[in-house]
Amino acid sequence: MAIFYILLLFMLIAAVIAVETEDLLSSVICVGAIGFGGSLMFLFLRAPDIAITQIVVEVLGLIILIRATIARDLTFISGDREFFGTVVSIVFVFIILLAGIRVFETLPDFGTAIFAQASEAASRTYIRDGLQKTGAANIVAAVILDFRAYDTLGEATVLFTSIIGATVILRKKSKKLLEEADE
Amino acid sequence: MKGMTVIVKTISSWVKMFIFLFGIYIIIFGHLTPGGGFAGGVILASSYVLLMLAFGREFTEKNLSLPVASKLDCVGAFLFIMIAILGLVLGGSFFVNFLYQKYLPGQPLNLISAGTIPLSNIAIGLKVGASLFLVIVTLSIFRPNTSADKKE
Repeated sequence: MAIFYILLLFMLIAAVIAVETEDLLSSVICVGAIGFGGSLMFLFLRAPDIAITQIVVEVLGLIILIRATIARDLTFISGDREFFGTVVSIVFVFIILLAGIRVFETLPDFGTAIFAQASEAASRTYIRDGLQKTGAANIVAAVILDFRAYDTLGEATVLFTSIIGATVILRKKSKKLLEEADE
Repeated sequence: MKGMTVIVKTISSWVKMFIFLFGIYIIIFGHLTPGGGFAGGVILASSYVLLMLAFGREFTEKNLSLPVASKLDCVGAFLFIMIAILGLVLGGSFFVNFLYQKYLPGQPLNLISAGTIPLSNIAIGLKVGASLFLVIVTLSIFRPNTSADKKE
C-alpha cells in the first residue's frame, strides 16, 4: 500500500516540475516520468496488459514529442499570466475538486472490485464465462476483442482517421505545388 | 553525416531484430499472455523508430517506404472489418466469434484457440504499427518554418 503513495508523490513532483520548468525538453522528459510512474502503478496493481501498453506508448510518445520539440526554436517559454485567466482557472480547479470528492465517496474501497457492490454487473459475467465463451486464456483479450469488439473497432477508426488528417495537414508540399512542379 | 555515432549504429543494428521479434511474439500470443495487438504494434513501430533515430530517415524509408506503410495500414483495417463482417455472414451477428463457436474450437491455453481473437490481434497489430510509423515519419518530415532547416 505504501508503494502507491510513494509512486503518487513521485508523479505529483514530476507533474509540478513539468508545468513549472521553463525548458521545453525537461518538461517533455518530466511528462515521460509521469507515464513511467503510472505504468509502475499498474504493474503493482496486477494489470500487466495496461502496464505494457502504458510503458510502450509512453516511450514512443516521448520520442515523438522530443523530435517535435527539438526542431523548434522556442525552447524557452517565458511570460506572465494575466490576472483574469488565473482567477478563472483557480475557480475551475475548485469546482472540479468538489465534484471529485463527491464522486470518489461513492466508489468502493481501494482494492475491492466494483462488481462487489452491483450483483448484475457485466464484469462478473466476463470473468465467470470468459474462458468458456471465447476460449481465450487472457481475459483482457477476450473482453476487448470479443465482448467489447465494437470499442476496438472505434479505436481503430479513430487511429485511421487521425493518420489521414495528420498526413493531409503536415505533408511537405501541397497538392497544388506538386502539380505545378510537374508541368 | 546522417544519423548518430558508430556505437549507436552498431548496437541498434544488433538490437533491432530482437525488438521486432518481441513485437511479433506479443501480437501472436496476445490471447494467452499479457499484451495484444495494440502493444505489439507499438513495439513493431518502435523498432523502426530506433532505426530512424540511429541511421536517419532516408535509410528507414528505403527499408519501409511510405506507400508500403500506408498500404499495410489499410490491409490491417480491412482484415479487422472483414473478420467482423464474416461474423455477420457466418455466425449471425456482427463481431461474433464464429471460428470458436462453429469451425475451430481448439483447446484453451494452446496457440490455436480462441477462434477469431488471434486473427483480430494480428490485424490490429499490423494497423497500429504501420500507422504509428507513419505518424513519426510525417512528424519528422514536417518543418514549420525555414529557420529550422538552417540548423541541419
